[in-house]
Amino acid sequence: MPPGPAGATSTKGAAEMNQALEARGVVKRFGEVLALDSVSLAVAPGERVALVGESGSGKTTLLRSFNRMVEPDAGEVLVDGSSVAARDPVALRRSIGYVQQEGGLLPHWSVLRNACLVPWLSGSARPEEHGMRALGRVGLPAEEFGSRWPRELSGGQRQRVALARALAGEPRVILLDEPFGALDAISRAELRRAFAELARALSVTVLLVTHDIEEAFMLADRVAVMKDGHIEQVAEPAALRTAPDTRYVRDLLEKAGVR
Amino acid sequence: MTASSRRAGRAPSRPTGREWSGRAGLARRRRPRWARLPFALAALLAPAPGLLAQAASAGPVVVGTKNFGESYLLGEMFAQLLEARGYTVARRPGLGASELVFQALRTRSIDVYPEYTGTGLLAILGRDPPEDATAAYREVADAFRREWDLRWLPPLGFENTFAITVRARTADSLGLETISDLAAVAPRLIAGFTPDFIGRADGLVGLREAYGLEPGRTRSLLQAVKYRAIAEGEVDFIDGYSTDGFIARYDLTVLRDDLGFFPPYDAAPVVTGELVRERPDVVAVLAELSGRFDEELMRSLNQRVEVDGEPLQSVAAYGLRVIGLVERGAAGGVEGRGSRAGRPGSEGSLLGYLWDRRAETLRLTGRHLWLVLLSLTAGILVAVPLGLALERARRSAETTIRAMGLLQTIPSIALLAFMIPFLGIGVAPAVVALVLYSLFPIVRNTYTGVRDADAAAVEAARALGMTDAQLLAYVRLPLAAPVIMAGVRTAAVITVGTATLAAFIGAGGLGDPIVAGLALSDTRLVLSGAIPAAVLALLVDGALSLVERGVAPGGLGGGGGGA
Repeated sequence: MPPGPAGATSTKGAAEMNQALEARGVVKRFGEVLALDSVSLAVAPGERVALVGESGSGKTTLLRSFNRMVEPDAGEVLVDGSSVAARDPVALRRSIGYVQQEGGLLPHWSVLRNACLVPWLSGSARPEEHGMRALGRVGLPAEEFGSRWPRELSGGQRQRVALARALAGEPRVILLDEPFGALDAISRAELRRAFAELARALSVTVLLVTHDIEEAFMLADRVAVMKDGHIEQVAEPAALRTAPDTRYVRDLLEKAGVR
Repeated sequence: MTASSRRAGRAPSRPTGREWSGRAGLARRRRPRWARLPFALAALLAPAPGLLAQAASAGPVVVGTKNFGESYLLGEMFAQLLEARGYTVARRPGLGASELVFQALRTRSIDVYPEYTGTGLLAILGRDPPEDATAAYREVADAFRREWDLRWLPPLGFENTFAITVRARTADSLGLETISDLAAVAPRLIAGFTPDFIGRADGLVGLREAYGLEPGRTRSLLQAVKYRAIAEGEVDFIDGYSTDGFIARYDLTVLRDDLGFFPPYDAAPVVTGELVRERPDVVAVLAELSGRFDEELMRSLNQRVEVDGEPLQSVAAYGLRVIGLVERGAAGGVEGRGSRAGRPGSEGSLLGYLWDRRAETLRLTGRHLWLVLLSLTAGILVAVPLGLALERARRSAETTIRAMGLLQTIPSIALLAFMIPFLGIGVAPAVVALVLYSLFPIVRNTYTGVRDADAAAVEAARALGMTDAQLLAYVRLPLAAPVIMAGVRTAAVITVGTATLAAFIGAGGLGDPIVAGLALSDTRLVLSGAIPAAVLALLVDGALSLVERGVAPGGLGGGGGGA
């Protein structure tokens, strides 16, 4: 039995195994602004956690500290039980899937080439195979879509490609920053459903940033409510609904109409 | 006021006995006592026979000139005389203003050029010249020898002083005879002066002090357009040269310098000390010209070039025959030489003229293109990495780019003149100047192109594990390529245009006929450089727009997709 991480602030009593993602007392300042005020959070392997909160509450900063797109001023960030500060950021990023709001597809690369990015960067022997498989999983068969330019796709299709690109390297963890935020209601619902199925099927660990509480409740096993750089409450959706810890959490849920 | 009274007070002491002959009156001051000087000097320089053979096998003698007709003509006469005596000559005509050509000699980029004593003292040495011509010559020769090891050969025998010139009609109606008369009415008149004259101590600055001359307005005009401007009434008085061929042609009157303001301007070849020591035979040949000229001859030769439009080469050959230094036909093949041939028959059409010059134009265009490509390539190699570096150091980027923009505003001639002390004349300073001018548009576009390249795409690619080098190679540069190419295109068009100024420092190219044509008032010669330069600019721009389309990555709108 491997020794559990000393002093881990796990909420699920899974101390005997490594957390997939863990933040311990993470602090981040941007000039005068305190973006993260000693935040701790643990995500178990295969678990799906959503970060919700208003703009500026620190959820994107927390998300990006896991792939070292943000370097904390204090505290520790761990992925698979090892501190990311000791790891090569490039290798770390290649091992973690990432999707952002505006997809960020390379506009001068074909859909297939975008999808194979991570396997290609990692020196895979046949990156196209990984890319084609990933495109198939998100419902955009490479035969039909692979040679198109990103601008020739709809917004929903582009986000699917971004999702395929994040999955093509077969990461164990995937970080999503408002992945459906810029879509119309119909594409959004469709994509959410597709994503929920996919995440379950792949049993990948998910950390999702969203300002849409309904989306968080639908996709996540647990939801963390953030406010002014700290976490107000982390709990399963049902527990949040029935027993909000703070007035802020209760008001937020009420406003979103999920109480 | 003190300077003015000093000048005025000094005037009466000037040698009298000057005659003013009619409207094109010329300073017949002190028939210079050069008569015995040339012979003394020639004897002094008489080479040992062994030396002569050795020197004759050395490289070509490099003859420079300033960029106005008389200087071209004298330089061509120097060159033809040397050629007639069996020496090879490299011509570097039209090297900008006094400062440029002097720097070229000082840095040993040329061996000889024609200069004027007053200019040497005032414009180069910054000294108040003595009034006596012989004293002025001694002083300038001494100073040049001591300060720069440059030697003034004995004067050619004529003086070409500034001549404040008005239309004969204006002189009649206002009763103008002297510069003092002019000063009284000047506030109501418009002056047209060369930029050189406006800034010189022996030009407008000194005239103000000496005569209190304050023109109502002063327009800065190039030598080439000055006479046309006064003839057509655009300006009322100009700074002419007393030996100009235009004075008679345009019915102008030279005003008498009644306070004796203008110093002596005796023309003489100026050579390097090295030429005197190492190739005294060459110097002896040049010294043969001493004392052979007078104002009458020079004005008639100038008139043939500037007014009648005869080719420079044939006028120079004629001049050498008239002064008895070269037999008819001895300067063999000179008139037939295609390169700098002047105007053929004046009835030929412009197209015919351009067609006749096609071989020369092609050669100059090739040279021009070579200068442009060399400069542009060097510019890209410097500017693109610089733009990328600035993108990494954004804090200093705006300041740096603004400073480079300032560089862009330095007049080309000033930049070229500034570089002669370091780089001499020829291709090197021209290319450096052209590179400097090409930097700004390329740096700016590289910086903004890379900075503004699709931020979400760059962000996502970084978050998925691209290294900085990969980001640059696969994302930022490809996305910025069209913007960078647009900068290169701008730089290329600027470079094609600016490269015409390279002629001022002897780098060749299509500027050669433009500069020569402006100096000789030969519009067709100007056009024979300007038209190909314009066409070249269009072609280069067109070719680069194709490249721009070529480097634009697919998928950015326009152009083919994969579907």
